[in-house]
Amino acid sequence: MSVGAASMTAKIDRRRVMITPEGIALPVMVGSRGSRLGALLLDLLFIVVLMISTTLLLAYLGSGVDDLRSEALAKGDKAVARASEFLVVLWIAVMFLFRHAYFLFFELGPRGTTPGKRLTGLRIAARDGGRLTTEMVLARNLLRDIELFLPVAMIVTNSGADNMGAAGVAATVWFLVFGLFPFFNRDRLRAGDLVAGTWVVEAPRRKLEAVLSTTPTAASGHSAATGAQYRFGEAELAVYGEFELQTLERVLRENRPEALVAVHTAICRKIGWEPGAGDERAFLEAYYTQLRARLESGMRLGQRKADKHG
Amino acid sequence: MAFFGLLGGEAAASDAAIEAAALRSDRFRQEREGDWKRLEAIVTRMEAGRWRRLSDEDVLALPVLYRTVASSLSVARETSLDSATLAYLEALVQRAWFLVYGPRTTLAGWLARFLGGEWSRAVRAIWPELLVAFAVMAAGTLVGWLLVSSDPDWYYALVPGQFQDARVPGATREVLQGTLFGSAQDDGLSMFAAYLFSHNAGVAIMCFALGFAFGVPPLLLLVQNTATLGAMVWLYHDKGLATDFIGWLSIHGTTELLAILLAGAAGLHVGRSMAFPGTRGVMQAVAEAGQRAAVVMAGVVLMLVVAGMLEGFGRQLVDDTTGRYIIGYSMLAIWLAYFFAFRRTPSGSEAA
Repeated sequence: MSVGAASMTAKIDRRRVMITPEGIALPVMVGSRGSRLGALLLDLLFIVVLMISTTLLLAYLGSGVDDLRSEALAKGDKAVARASEFLVVLWIAVMFLFRHAYFLFFELGPRGTTPGKRLTGLRIAARDGGRLTTEMVLARNLLRDIELFLPVAMIVTNSGADNMGAAGVAATVWFLVFGLFPFFNRDRLRAGDLVAGTWVVEAPRRKLEAVLSTTPTAASGHSAATGAQYRFGEAELAVYGEFELQTLERVLRENRPEALVAVHTAICRKIGWEPGAGDERAFLEAYYTQLRARLESGMRLGQRKADKHG
Repeated sequence: MAFFGLLGGEAAASDAAIEAAALRSDRFRQEREGDWKRLEAIVTRMEAGRWRRLSDEDVLALPVLYRTVASSLSVARETSLDSATLAYLEALVQRAWFLVYGPRTTLAGWLARFLGGEWSRAVRAIWPELLVAFAVMAAGTLVGWLLVSSDPDWYYALVPGQFQDARVPGATREVLQGTLFGSAQDDGLSMFAAYLFSHNAGVAIMCFALGFAFGVPPLLLLVQNTATLGAMVWLYHDKGLATDFIGWLSIHGTTELLAILLAGAAGLHVGRSMAFPGTRGVMQAVAEAGQRAAVVMAGVVLMLVVAGMLEGFGRQLVDDTTGRYIIGYSMLAIWLAYFFAFRRTPSGSEAA
């Protein structure tokens, strides 16, 4: 339970409100550090796989060219020598592009997210709710170079020696400063996000659920199973507010029999009815619809009731 | 179950009654559900990357539907307590918002706008930092020169090992001259150019990115690199080869040093906005500066491609000092004219 509660607090902690240019407040969920790390590792994995496979392909082509080259040199043909040189140039260019342009390419593309982020359900967005510009994507990815690639390269070159030199230690500290950056601000920004004015948020995905209040029972208050007609009076509906309505909605959507019985009993006790058995769902649907109708008409008049205490 | 019978005798409700009894907020939903579903279908296809299969009609409908659904959300928030519908609308509006306000330009479109005025405008916008970076670079060169001329041992401290092959204090004029001319064999030049580009681009990106630390590291990098330059100029000047050395350097150096100057200035710009955000919040100031600096940096990478080619090909193929001066300084003139005389504001620009 404590674990569940902790993850719940973490979730509430990541909730933010973003205002779109139309002035609509949208709730967004800032991506968790764990899923961002996962996305990064996935992307790095993809980059390494791409780099290795390109290198192998070019090496394969290169070995073919080399065979030709020894024959060609005998004949004094220079074109083949150029071909192998071209392959090296291509290799340098491709490695540069993989390192610097992989993230740019995907974040600027139509999906606006790298494959790693897509798999972990993340997207980048402008912090101010406006358009995500090319400049922002450029800035956040240029910074990635010093946050990640540079110190890692330094650590790797320095770890070859038996004892890590001062440079190795400095690189490690550097790496940690940027790596831990998202732990020291509310929005889990890394340095690149800060400079670019972006943040990483969860990409939402929700299905449109059926309307609960239009089933025949809900709408008429008439139970098909027992033939009972549920009609609640003003006093019986006035005991609950919006919070209880949402709880009731959730219970109806989850549709677990024991929860239905428990809620049915609780409501009956509250409004002073004798709890029966066997027709809980019809009762709850009718109560839900009529409570919602009452609260919504209150809303139209500018009177809202947050919960049963309100 | 006594109470169940209270009103049980009434006739079963007809369909019309259901419709009438349905909540106002449900009727609202029923009327608009078609639009919501259509937007969801378009967004889902776009998210899956299946742009090709979208009709033009759907692509055009996206922004309109986005606004329709966004206004549905606003209304629903004021009138409906169906939390599942509200959550669905919030998620749908957010998904569509990503697409409507995502980076919408193609790479080619962005490049056209970038070259057509945005780059030069971004460069002009950071002019105070350009002056500072220039002053620092000039000072660095001077310091390098003065240090080495007062004590040649400084040379070994200032110039990295890879340049110390033959180019050391005490080398003869002929040896030094040999490093400037006569390497006109053309094997491996493109390889060399590509390597230089990739190396220099790394340095420039670092120069920019380090601006993050309040702009101090870019200043140090600028001083360090130009002190090397000053030391080497002194070495060649000592043997009366200064003109030839500057020619050897200028052919690509005007472009490369300008690129490094821009990168350093871009880094400083970010650092300055962090130290002195002015009336804006620090976060906002840094974000604005970061985006402007990123445009400059995209140009720097482009300039380094040009510099790498000039260095790899031009310098080896143009083997006389006059030719090198002409190429180097026409490049400089072209860059400066582009940055400061070319003042067109591209249409449909994203950045304010």
